[in-house]
Amino acid sequence: MADVIADGHTAPAGTQEHETTTGLPSTKLAMWIFLASECLLFGALITTYLLYRGASRIGPYPNDVFDIPYTSVSSFVLLASSLTMVLAVAAAQKADLVRMRIWLLVTALLGMTFVAGQVYEFTSFSHEGLKLGTNLFGTTFYVLTGFHGLHVTVGIIMLLALTSFSQAGRLPDDGGFSVEMIGLYWHFVDIVWIVIFTVVYLIPTGPPAVK
Amino acid sequence: MADAGHAQTELQEIEDTHHGAHAGHPSVKEYIRIGLILGFFTCLEVAAKYANLASATLIVTLLGLAAVKFVLVVMYFMHLKFDDRRYARFFVMGLSLAITLFLIVLILFKVFLR
Repeated sequence: MADVIADGHTAPAGTQEHETTTGLPSTKLAMWIFLASECLLFGALITTYLLYRGASRIGPYPNDVFDIPYTSVSSFVLLASSLTMVLAVAAAQKADLVRMRIWLLVTALLGMTFVAGQVYEFTSFSHEGLKLGTNLFGTTFYVLTGFHGLHVTVGIIMLLALTSFSQAGRLPDDGGFSVEMIGLYWHFVDIVWIVIFTVVYLIPTGPPAVK
Repeated sequence: MADAGHAQTELQEIEDTHHGAHAGHPSVKEYIRIGLILGFFTCLEVAAKYANLASATLIVTLLGLAAVKFVLVVMYFMHLKFDDRRYARFFVMGLSLAITLFLIVLILFKVFLR
């Protein structure tokens, strides 16, 4: 159960809390640095959307296609998944593996509901004539929300993998540390959506710059 | 036998210490309360959208509500409020860099004057 490390202290097996120069677990530090770098990625995509906002010369325009009540429900679903994720982390830290797996699965299901909603939204926009190359709005909107959807999908895959590894007993430290790391990623995806929902969907777009 | 007992006690202490690292984290009830607050703020955002507010007021209200939601998730769900401050420094460094850099770009292209 316990590993002896360089200075003679012991640590529970697989906690990854071995001696580091910072005194912090390297994996967790790396995850926060990764998330900081993701701020730059999504910042660039959101800025590009804002730069070309209202610059489309042909429709459809945001007001023609957005269905705010529908997207609001999607936002609630993703927010709820953040809550279930933190409940999974709390269960993992109490070594309550059954509850941890249940909350992880619920989080993955909510994530899948969000992605399915996004696919439906994209399909419906496409039927209304908004495709990736239709206008500047289409290009910037699909790239931004598509990248976010891709991140959610990666998160779902990690959640399902984590659940199956936990079921098979292949996670060190009963999975507490791994669940916390994937939880950080999942919450980050949620905070990015908080910004996208406000900036892209809720803030009104000015009249199109028709020349 | 004594050695085995001593090792067992030591192991228990290590596990207690490990779990104790999360002792400052909110309880399940607090997480649910924060989740409800986040849901309420989202309702406020949607209500503000349909409230016929002046454009500037609406933008400030929406950005303010989004900022509160953002901070709540980062501080409580991502535990930055309770974890070592160095994690927060790294994250805030990246976030501040992104906000500063992209604000400069938006100001340069006069996006706020449209």
